[in-house]
Amino acid sequence: MSARYSFGGDEQIFVEVDEAMSLDAFFKSLAITNAVRDADIDGVTEICPANASFQIGFNPDKIHPEALLEQLKSMESVADTAESRLTTRIIEVPVFYQDPWTHETLMRFRERHQDPSGSDIEYAARINGYASVEDFITAHSASPWFVSMVGFVSGLPFLYQMVERARQIEVPKYLRPRTDTPKQTVGYGGCFSCIYSVRGAGGYQMFGITPMPIFDPTQSAPYLRDFMVFFRPGDIVKFEPIDRPTYDHLLAEVEAERFIPKMAEVTFDLADFNKGIDAYNAKLLEALK
Amino acid sequence: MTVTVINPGLLTTIQDLGRPGYFHLGIPVGGAMDRRALIAANLLVGNDEGAAGLEAVFMGPELEFADDRIVAVCGADLPPKVDGTEMPTWTSFRVKGGQRLTFDYLKSGARAYIAISGGIDTPLALGSRSTYPIGALGGFKGRAIAAGDELPLGPSDLPKDGRYIPTELRRIPTGDVELRALPGLYIHRITAASQTAFFEDTWTVAPEADRMGYRFRGGRPMEFVEREQPFGAGSDPSNITDACYPYGSIQIPGGTEPIVLHRDAVSGGGYFMVGTVISADMDLIGQLQPNKTVRFVAVTMDEALAARHEQRAEFAKLRDSIA
Repeated sequence: MSARYSFGGDEQIFVEVDEAMSLDAFFKSLAITNAVRDADIDGVTEICPANASFQIGFNPDKIHPEALLEQLKSMESVADTAESRLTTRIIEVPVFYQDPWTHETLMRFRERHQDPSGSDIEYAARINGYASVEDFITAHSASPWFVSMVGFVSGLPFLYQMVERARQIEVPKYLRPRTDTPKQTVGYGGCFSCIYSVRGAGGYQMFGITPMPIFDPTQSAPYLRDFMVFFRPGDIVKFEPIDRPTYDHLLAEVEAERFIPKMAEVTFDLADFNKGIDAYNAKLLEALK
Repeated sequence: MTVTVINPGLLTTIQDLGRPGYFHLGIPVGGAMDRRALIAANLLVGNDEGAAGLEAVFMGPELEFADDRIVAVCGADLPPKVDGTEMPTWTSFRVKGGQRLTFDYLKSGARAYIAISGGIDTPLALGSRSTYPIGALGGFKGRAIAAGDELPLGPSDLPKDGRYIPTELRRIPTGDVELRALPGLYIHRITAASQTAFFEDTWTVAPEADRMGYRFRGGRPMEFVEREQPFGAGSDPSNITDACYPYGSIQIPGGTEPIVLHRDAVSGGGYFMVGTVISADMDLIGQLQPNKTVRFVAVTMDEALAARHEQRAEFAKLRDSIA
């Protein structure tokens, strides 16, 4: 896996770690961007890790683009030898699958979908070979997910499923993007799940909704007091299916500014994870109990 | 003191020079689409260059002033009027308490910048007053201004009026526009013939042109280099594994209509990009009306840096012309 470098105009360097998504590519991207942050290079203005790539913003009046490029390249080998170990958070995100609000939205945009006769989750369950929507929900919620990128719009996490590639859920995006998506919709496109942080346009399939705000400029939720964006790359997420009464209850808790997601500090080691994924995930999930 | 919005115009937002540093969380830099015009307007009214002003698209707002202020309108040729009397653009003028500032029809350009002495004094959000409506961040309550809003103004010692920017330092796109771009990113996804065609063809600004991005149409569709799509990229040949999008990057979803991402860009996504418009030409894009024709011109990094230095020299001339 050798990175590919390209200038994004005169103020950005774009680095593709790998064309394909994998946890190895994500960890390499995270390791290099961490090294760049630690190096505290004068003239670097933005450090943006992404799924299997990253981007560095810079001020060319302070550092010559070629000089920064050479410095970044020298950091690549450091990342190759870095241990793929991460101290991070595991967070339980309650999800009301097949909720009425995303259902109403998906019906409004049915002509933009691959299968106008069904719902997004029925389509996703079928093309991924699940016998029922219930089985699909189990698959989506049983194993944890890595936040491999935060972005698109404010604080939106891209989530990568922590299972063998053969078991990973894959769904295409809408044929044409919707102009509307409810806030806090749990979506899916390609191999990524996501949580829409704000209401707006979107092309991912819609499976459900969480009552948990993940971006709020007013910072009214207790867990958003430090910063208006909740997720960071490297966070681990566990989706917890909930029913309507639980959803309503949690929403009331959110409105009363009492809701705090269940979370714990964990250490993730990529090599150990690859040795036995299911057992490793089970151990990770223990932290939430 | 305040200024009251009688009529907001089409889409008028509070903007300054933006909030760098949060793109890794999906929060764009934002700020004036045409920074040079905002800076010019601020200099004319004695404000800091980065003070917050109003960015009005295609149509001006109607504003009522509570006290005397010096005002300047730069950028698009959108003639201001004070109680019905026309005032020049790129020139500072006085508006007295109780008077109304209105605008005539747009003559050229797309975005006018209205600077008011003292600046607009809404609360800072992540270090900036720029409005980012999608995130309900900054500006006036996180949204475009609306009728009835009372916009707070900072204190002003009323500098003298009648100051102006010399004609040769005013920049509005006329005739055919060339946007200089550094090829790269995922340009290898299209054939050599398509790479050539992209820079040969004339492109027309589509109606979908806003602060997030400018869409263009009219050029030949792209031909992709065949490949088996990498895992995670999605099935369309124009898809990539979701990645960061540089500001100014030119993506071509489906290989048909290029989109240049601008100040309120989404920070990433799954479409390939052929290159990036250089920083010196970003302001120009903000002044393009739909149906305007442009060509993309491939440049090297050295040329991009030279253009950047030229732009800085012009900014220095702007400052000197007013001092």
